[in-house]
Amino acid sequence: MENSQKIPSRSFAQRWHIKPILGTVIMVILLVFSSQMADVNVGMFFANLSQFTDLLVRMSNPTWSYLSIIWQPLYETIQMAILGTTIGTIFAVPFSLLAASNLVHNGIIRNVIRIILDLVRTLPDLLLAAIFVAIFGIGSTAGVVTLAIFSFGMISKLFYEVIETIDMGPIEALESVGARKLTVIWYAVIPQILNQFISYFLYTLEINVRASTVLGYIGAGGIGVFLQRSLNEFNYGATAVIILATLIIVLVIDGISNHLRRILL
Amino acid sequence: MAEEPIILFEHVNKTYKNGTIGLKDINLSIPKGQFLVVVGLSGAGKSTLLRTINRMHGITDGKLYVDGDEISQYKGKALRTLRRQIGMIFQNFNLVNRSSVQKNVLSGRVGYYPAWKSILGLFSKSDRDKAVRSLRRVNMLEKLYARADELSGGQQQRVAIARTLMQDPKIILADEPIASLDPKTTKTVMDTLKSLNQEDEMTVIVNLHSVSLAREYADRIIGLRAGEVVYDQMIENVKEADLNQIYQTEEDS
Ligand SMILES: Nc1ncnc2c1ncn2[C@@H]1O[C@H](COP(=O)(O)OP(=O)(O)OP(=O)(O)O)[C@@H](O)[C@H]1O
Ligand SMILES: [Mg+2]
Repeated sequence: MENSQKIPSRSFAQRWHIKPILGTVIMVILLVFSSQMADVNVGMFFANLSQFTDLLVRMSNPTWSYLSIIWQPLYETIQMAILGTTIGTIFAVPFSLLAASNLVHNGIIRNVIRIILDLVRTLPDLLLAAIFVAIFGIGSTAGVVTLAIFSFGMISKLFYEVIETIDMGPIEALESVGARKLTVIWYAVIPQILNQFISYFLYTLEINVRASTVLGYIGAGGIGVFLQRSLNEFNYGATAVIILATLIIVLVIDGISNHLRRILL
Repeated sequence: MAEEPIILFEHVNKTYKNGTIGLKDINLSIPKGQFLVVVGLSGAGKSTLLRTINRMHGITDGKLYVDGDEISQYKGKALRTLRRQIGMIFQNFNLVNRSSVQKNVLSGRVGYYPAWKSILGLFSKSDRDKAVRSLRRVNMLEKLYARADELSGGQQQRVAIARTLMQDPKIILADEPIASLDPKTTKTVMDTLKSLNQEDEMTVIVNLHSVSLAREYADRIIGLRAGEVVYDQMIENVKEADLNQIYQTEEDS
């Protein structure tokens, strides 16, 4: 038998790599255009570098005694992050189950849930924090609520995307033995996603530890409050200690969480 | 009068939502204790036929009786009670890979428990013993605490059969149970199904692609083509040529 198979010829676009080139050009145009719109002056960044070095010099003399004062707020920052992430996750689990297209076949429920989640995710966390500081007053309650809502939005989306990739076979098997919906989820869904869930929880926790230092800056409790105070008082020695201590804490937590996630996946 | 059939299809039609015809005017009476093999080309409707029996798929019209009850409108509790007396075995085993063999086997019993008890894993002593007996039956007891994904395909299918045994099923539906197995494990699995049929008097319905296996194990063979039953013979009347006919495509004939 004659073999008439040939290598197919590439189209014009494929041969000249039109798509990647076009994409790069559009990216560059958008970048230039948007920086002009937003009045970003790159030159100013370099012109003011001297001020930055000036600040560094003044911070180069950390007031180490300040450590004993910030110990407590640092601890509070971590607690805020853990509490906020946990509360957000607890709410995220049922929402992510309801938003997963392979578990909920009712398109209306699924879309309503997804719209709610999309809306939650569009709220900037600083705006949330400002609102909750106004409601609850300065302190960690505002921070925890902000982080909980932020984590809820983020984790729900990460979770339902994981759920949508699971193997449907075990679900079919559990349905075929006459299991109820909840039992099916417990036996056939949870074991498939648990590790990824924990990994995403830790990842969000990492982000929240970082975020909660910033949130404190606008009054939502934790180390940020002290950071803001020290800057206002031009107490740069204290600022340096706060920044260094925060950096170390964030690095340690990132390290632990990364290690755990590597073990899990 | 002949004994009442355990499964009875009367003018059953099934059209999928997208308009594909799954089953066309199926009339089929399956007596209790039969070993029925369903053959047919890919897409002929074998899986569809099997899945209507435990209502994993609903039917569009017609009547479908299991053990004398018309089941096509079953919902909720009635549906779950129907399903727990019908075991199902899959080509891909459908075990939960990350769970232990023991948990997988016990999951076959959850239809008999309220949700909170099965979630907390509060199985009775007798059901735990039953899991041990089921695994012993398929020669897999030594793997009780292994994770399902540590097992070979043939071992996984045996665990899946043990899970099905937990249901105390009257009927076993097996959808190409040996399609991903080697010849030796194929024999083990088919022999197990045969023994459930002969010793435990379960009615067994198996979809197969292999005509020779069908002839070796079946009491009766039916052939499907484009959703219709085109062949239906007891094993003593089955002729090789007829079976090959079922596997001929339009262009061949
Ligand atoms: N969920 C579904 N939605 C729409 N059409 C479907 C669905 N499942 C099956 N079909 C179609 O119904 C027909 C019968 O499919 P079925 O899976 O029952 O065939 P089969 O005989 O089991 O084939 P195979 O040997 O490949 O498993 C096919 O045309 C198939 O494409
Ligand atoms: Mg099939």
